[in-house]
This record gives sequence, structure tokens and C-alpha cells, in this order.
Amino acid sequence: MAQDANSGKDLAAANSSSHDLVPEDSGTGVVSPDAVKNPGHPEHRKRVTDLDPKKEKQAERTVFVLFFLSAVGSLWAVAAYMMFPIDGQMELVRSNNLFIGLGATLALMALGIGAVHWGKAIMADHESVDERHPVRGTDETRARAIEIFEEANEESGFGRRALIRNSLIGALVVFPLPAVALFRGLAPYDEDPVELLQHTMWKKGTRLARDPSGVPIKASDVTLGSAFHVIPEDLNTAKDVLNEKAKAIVLLMRLKPEDLNELPERKNWSYNGIVAYSKVCTHVGCPVALYEQQTHHLLCPCHQSQFDVANHATVIFGPAARPLPQLPIEVDDEGYLVAQSDFTEPVGPSFWERH
Amino acid sequence: MSTAPAAVAAPAKSSGGFTGKAANYLDERTSISGAVKEFGRKIFPDHWSFLLGEVALYSFVVILLSGTFLTFFFDAAMTHTTYEGSYAPMNGVHMSAAMASTLDISFDIRGGLLMRQVHHWAALLFVASIGLHMLRVFFTGAFRKPREINWVIGFVLFILAMAEGFTGYSLPDDLLSGNGLRIIDGMIKSFPLVGTWISFLLFGGEFPGEDIVGRLYSLHIMILPAMVILFIALHLVFLIVHKHTQYPGPGRTEQNVVGFPILPVYAAKAGGFFFIVFGVIMATATFFQINPIWNYGPYDPSPVSAGTQPDWYIGFADGMLRLAPPHLEFVWLDRTWSFGILLPVIILGLFIVTVLIYPFIEAWVTGDKREHHLLDRPRNAPTRTAIGAAGVTFYAVMWAAASSDLIATHFRVTMEGVIHTLQALLFLGPVIAYFVTKRICLGLQKKDREIALHGYETGRIVRLPGGEYIEVHEQVSDYERWELVSYKDQAPIMLRPNAQGKITGSMRLRAAMSRWFFEDRIAPVTQTELDKSHGDDHH
Repeated sequence: MAQDANSGKDLAAANSSSHDLVPEDSGTGVVSPDAVKNPGHPEHRKRVTDLDPKKEKQAERTVFVLFFLSAVGSLWAVAAYMMFPIDGQMELVRSNNLFIGLGATLALMALGIGAVHWGKAIMADHESVDERHPVRGTDETRARAIEIFEEANEESGFGRRALIRNSLIGALVVFPLPAVALFRGLAPYDEDPVELLQHTMWKKGTRLARDPSGVPIKASDVTLGSAFHVIPEDLNTAKDVLNEKAKAIVLLMRLKPEDLNELPERKNWSYNGIVAYSKVCTHVGCPVALYEQQTHHLLCPCHQSQFDVANHATVIFGPAARPLPQLPIEVDDEGYLVAQSDFTEPVGPSFWERH
Repeated sequence: MSTAPAAVAAPAKSSGGFTGKAANYLDERTSISGAVKEFGRKIFPDHWSFLLGEVALYSFVVILLSGTFLTFFFDAAMTHTTYEGSYAPMNGVHMSAAMASTLDISFDIRGGLLMRQVHHWAALLFVASIGLHMLRVFFTGAFRKPREINWVIGFVLFILAMAEGFTGYSLPDDLLSGNGLRIIDGMIKSFPLVGTWISFLLFGGEFPGEDIVGRLYSLHIMILPAMVILFIALHLVFLIVHKHTQYPGPGRTEQNVVGFPILPVYAAKAGGFFFIVFGVIMATATFFQINPIWNYGPYDPSPVSAGTQPDWYIGFADGMLRLAPPHLEFVWLDRTWSFGILLPVIILGLFIVTVLIYPFIEAWVTGDKREHHLLDRPRNAPTRTAIGAAGVTFYAVMWAAASSDLIATHFRVTMEGVIHTLQALLFLGPVIAYFVTKRICLGLQKKDREIALHGYETGRIVRLPGGEYIEVHEQVSDYERWELVSYKDQAPIMLRPNAQGKITGSMRLRAAMSRWFFEDRIAPVTQTELDKSHGDDHH
């Protein structure tokens, strides 16, 4: 960049020193010989602070007052830090935030506005001109660069000694592989994701319990039209509670049996119009938390997929592709709702090896 | 660096006092005077739109400062703990250490909430200002030779900024961000062949696991910031090498740059502007709450709040997911192909890649090998401006879709109706925007031409002796006219056989693209036309 040494040339000088265009391929660009001529730099207009010493004095005053104000703001913020403690009292958080923030805002804004005002109103106002040079190096520089590469090639034999070169490239390609292998350790060695995704905690006889309390639900608690957020009764004592919960959450709804349009092979999966479906959206896995009692529709609040509970939770709108998996349920001797088995298909979003 | 004789290297002033001695000490060890000579009076042109990139740079500095403070208090672990801090409604709630320490930063550390809010607001501003800066660069053609590579670097910064935003957003391990991660997990799982395993490795086992916050933290405070700093450095090096572009104006040419020197004017203005940007962020953080995680609660896979929204810059991707039609999934070769997710991802990918490579497409169409340092006024590149408007519309529709449920509830319309409308607009919107914008640009060019040739309407109606009424037109000054006529013009290619006498497919494509770009064109006013019209005015 040594060629930039002409920095800050005065406008008048620059106007006279127009240098020749380097002829270049303009492609489809139209270079008109009849173009209107550039009228050159307009005359410099003086600012009010250049013309009126009183205004200049005033601008100077504004700037230093702003800088003083900035210092006041900084000290204020420190004082506010001491004067507005939190000490475990929630309601003091607001004043702590407000008064430290106000001080810091004043400090920053006054400093910034002061500096800009100094630059615009007081500092010399002469626009200057730098000449541009083509970004490419000069022909000599480029020739020398080529020469250097050729010399280096000659002296190292990089081009000549093909075996050394190729084996080097080979070694460099292989050398990151250990790092890739090391990253296998990011996940447990003894687990297979495809296997894990097939199963949830539900098994034969697991009681359906309320989320999050874990209180089991009796069939008689489920009134017509109601919906329950359900977890397996033993979830809260499981090893990885959140991992298990992410797969095992269920929605329980009771419809009029005549409203239910059940698949023949799932005739005995419900109890008295009570049906249980996975709460994990088959789109990208959000909890399908909203139940519309009148229409029997389930809505996922993330991407608005809708599932029709009356029709075995088929997708009726939105980006989801598959129905929510159904949990087969029955009632145990004490009248509690229990699972007949685990889900018969993987729950949640689709994955490559799903089928 | 320097081999100059010692007599020259020593500063001429011997009586420099402390400053002189310190400068001498430094220069004898660093050769710093060379840098001052080189860059001290470097000229930068002035325009408000050039500040957008500065806003991005300064908000990143604010992010680094506030973020460093936060790292001293944040505990990036998913260890189960019971909250016992000052925020009473959460007392005794089970949560991760990450969530608990975020609550502590907010409620038990003085100024902690302020720093959290500064960090979050600065991050939102960072991405927003990068976006606006990119729009400025696009619509003024600042990406043309020699700046194509700098466009790519800047674009990478945009992507990195979004990645920084998303990883940071996920760290507190609250309900909202946890659902965001759930969505990411679902998307990753849909990828053919590798999806299941990438998700498994990323989360250290099954979702959500106990590793993800710590891993995102490594990315968020180390790898991604290092990359952002590296790319910003590259971006600025090229800014220096190329020198800044300037808007066309009298006295400005492709061979010069007109403006103010770094020392002192730019140092004062840009330095001051840093504090103003910081001050605006500070004021926002003082008065406006952002990301109140204590209202959401800790992450739990079961609950979710209605109307969940990602931070604004992720909206376009989330919206695209919502726009996919149902049932786009099938089993083939005994494997699951979930196009309900893959299709939006592919569309997003194509959109991003098109934006990324646009400078190279335009360069290929024009074949223009000249360096361009004078910016285009958007109207003077009608097709580019129209393409930009179409792209902005496409992005805007995806972005609006991320709020489809809120649009429906606020305006009391059906959610299905909103989605169907946006699905249609995704295709129609850009087309409409394209044609409307192009016509507006051409209209403005015609108006410029008219004013350059015949002056502007004064509103003064004069009755001529013959009874005829005319409106008096006043000529604009040479300087004003120059801004109307001094644009660079491109013409469509004439399809001609090459040296072998053949017309290849790529030549045909290029000619077709060139016609598309430049067939409708308003040529700049020429000197002859100008002289002629002035002659007319003397009647």
C-alpha cells in the first residue's frame, strides 16, 4: 500500500491532476464519448462556526459541557451502584437497573455527541481527495511475485519431485482424521440412537399420571370433554428424567364414543371414549399442547400443525406429515388408567432410520 | 521494515517533551510512524448509509464487552439444582445450573440485569445492522469488482451473527429457548443419512441430555466470536485496500475518493459514533425489558406457551418451516424422507446461496471487468433493484409466517387463511415486487432525464402574448445535473458466434440474462442532447 502516499491532497490540486483511464474490458458497459463532463468539485461552503466567532465559541462550550456531563454520568452510575443495592429484594432490581443504566447512558451519549459535534462544527472542514489506484499490483510486482514462486519451486523441487509432493498432499488430507474420530466421544459409546428412539418408558401396566405432579389418573376422573397432560407414574424417579419425559409425554382426552372414528386394529386401545396420544409433534417435536374441545383438534403452538383426535390424530393442517402415535390404554383393577404396552411406533419427529 | 539511515529515522524534533520522547521510543521499536503516515490522513467519504456497517461493528464491540462480564457469573452447566435466589416465585423450583445462574445474574448481581439486557439488545442490533448494511451494499452495487470477495466475507459474518445469536439465546436453558433447541433437534433428525447421528452427537445422547448448554457455550464464547473477529478483520483490511466507495457527485470520479481524513475528523466522528451506538443500546437496556426468562420458567419438554416466537433474525427460517404443506413425507428404500422439513431447508439454502453468489452472477452477465468505486443510485440499476426488492419480499413473507398465529389472533382471521395467503404470497409477492420496483425505477430515471434536459417545474404559469399558457421551467445547476446524468449504463449483449463460429449454450444463456437485465434501459443524457435542449429553451 506504499502507493497511497498521496493522502489528503487539497481539492484544488486534485481537480487539476486528473490521470488517464486505464483501458479495461467494460463488458456490456456503454462507454459514451458524448457523456456529459464532470463539472468538478463545487465551491466549498463555510459553516456558521467558520464565519461567526461567537458561534464557534458556543460550539466549543457545547462540546466541553457535554464531556463534563459524560463524566457526571459515569460517576452517577457508580453512585447508583452503591445507592441502589438489591440485597435479595426483588422490587429493588428495577431501580438498580434504571439508575445505573441512566448514568451509563448519559456518560456514553454525552461523550459520543460531544465528539461528533467537535468533529463536525469545530475541526477543519476541508474535504480532501485521495487518488485511487488499481487494486491489482503493478506489472513489475506481479512479475516479481511469479519469479519468486518459480525460484521457490526450483529450489524446493516442489513441481519436479512429484512423489514427495503427492505424498505430502496425501498426508495432509489424512491428518485431520484423528480429530474427526475423537468427536465420536461426544455421545455415549454403548448406545445406538436408532434403538433409543424406538422406545419410551411406557410399558404394560404403567399408570397414567398427571404432569407434573405424578398423581395417577382414574378413568372416572376423566369427564367428557376434558383433557389431561400425562406422564408415566414412575417418571419422576427415572434416571434421566428430562430425556424420558421428552419422549413419554402424552395427552389424554375423553370424547363421546360415537364421535370417535377408530381404526379397526385399534378398537381396544381406548377406554370408554378415553384416548391417549403422544404429545410430541411429529413435525419437529414441540409439545402439541393446545386442545380444542369442541372440534377435537390438537394444535401445535410452534408451527401450527393440527391433528384430529376424533380421526386417530391424523394431520388436518400444517407442516406435520404423520398422525400422533397412539398409546394403547386400559383400566387396572383399582380403576386407574394404565398403558397396555409402549407406543407401537417411534414418537416425535421423523428420522432417517425410522421406518 | 525500514533500512533508512539512523539520522533520518530519528524524529526531527528533539524538544518534543514527553509525547515526543514516548513517540520516539515507540517508533524505534515498532516503526509505527510508517502506519501513521500511511493511514493517518486516509480519506473516507461521508454518507449516512455508510454508518450502517459502523453500527454493526460497534454493536459487536458492545456484545464483546457485556458478554465478557456475563461469563464471569454464568454457569454453563445443566446440573440439576434447586433455585434459592431472590426471585420468590421460582423459589424451590428444580432447574439447571445455567438457568439458576442466569436468574442470579438478573436478580442478585447489581447491574447484572442491565448487562444481560445490554448483551441481548446489542445482539439484536448487531444482526439488524448487518442486514441493513447488506441491503445498502446490494442496492448501491457496492459489491461489484473489486469488492465481490468482501461481499462474501460480509455474508459469512451475517450467518455467523445469526449463529452467535441462536447459541446465546439457548444458553439460559429456559422454556422458550429449550423449545427452540427442540425444533433444531427435529430439523437435524430429518436430514438423510446423517441426521439421527448428528443429533445424537450434538446433544451427547438423547434430547435434551445434559451436555448441550456447555457445548453451545464453547461455540458461543470461543469458536464463533473468534471467527467473527477474524472475518471482521478481513472485512476491514479489504475496506482499506479497496478504499471506500462513494456516491456519484460533482468532482467525484472512479479514480478518486472525496471526504474527510481519519485524523482528526473521522477519528472524532467515528469514535463519537461508537459511544452514541453504545449509548442507544444502554438506553434501550435501561428502559426496555428483553427475554424475561423468569416468566418462562426452566426447560421442561412438556409445557409450551402459545405464541412462541424466536428472536427476530431466526424468524425467516421458522416461518419457512410453517409454510410447508402437510404430508410431504414418504418412505423410500426403507428410509424416511421428511420433505416437510427438507423442502423448507432446501429453499432456505437456495435463497442464501443466491444472495451469496449474486455479485458473481451479475459480473458474469455484464462481463464488466472495470473496477467500480462510484455507487449506483438504486434507480439507475433497475433490474438489480427489482431483484433486490423481490428478495426482500421473499424474506419478508417467510418472516411474517413466523408470526402466523399472532397475526391470526390479533386480526381475528383464521390461522389457515393466514398460512394459505402467505403460501401464495411467497411466490406472487416477489413477482409483484419485481415488476412494480422495476417500473418505479424506470419512471424515476425518466423523470431525472426530463429534469436534466428541461429543468424543474417552477409552478409559475405564464401567459404568452399569443394567449398560450406555459409553465416556466428552471434549469438545474451543473452540479445538480451531474448527479442526474452521471450513471454508468449497460446495454444488452448482441449474440455473436465465437472464434470457432459457434454459439454455445452458455453464450445463449448469458445473452438471455443480459436482455433480461438491460433490455429496458434509459440511457444517460449525453452532451449533445443537453446542448440541443438548451438551444430549444432559448425560443
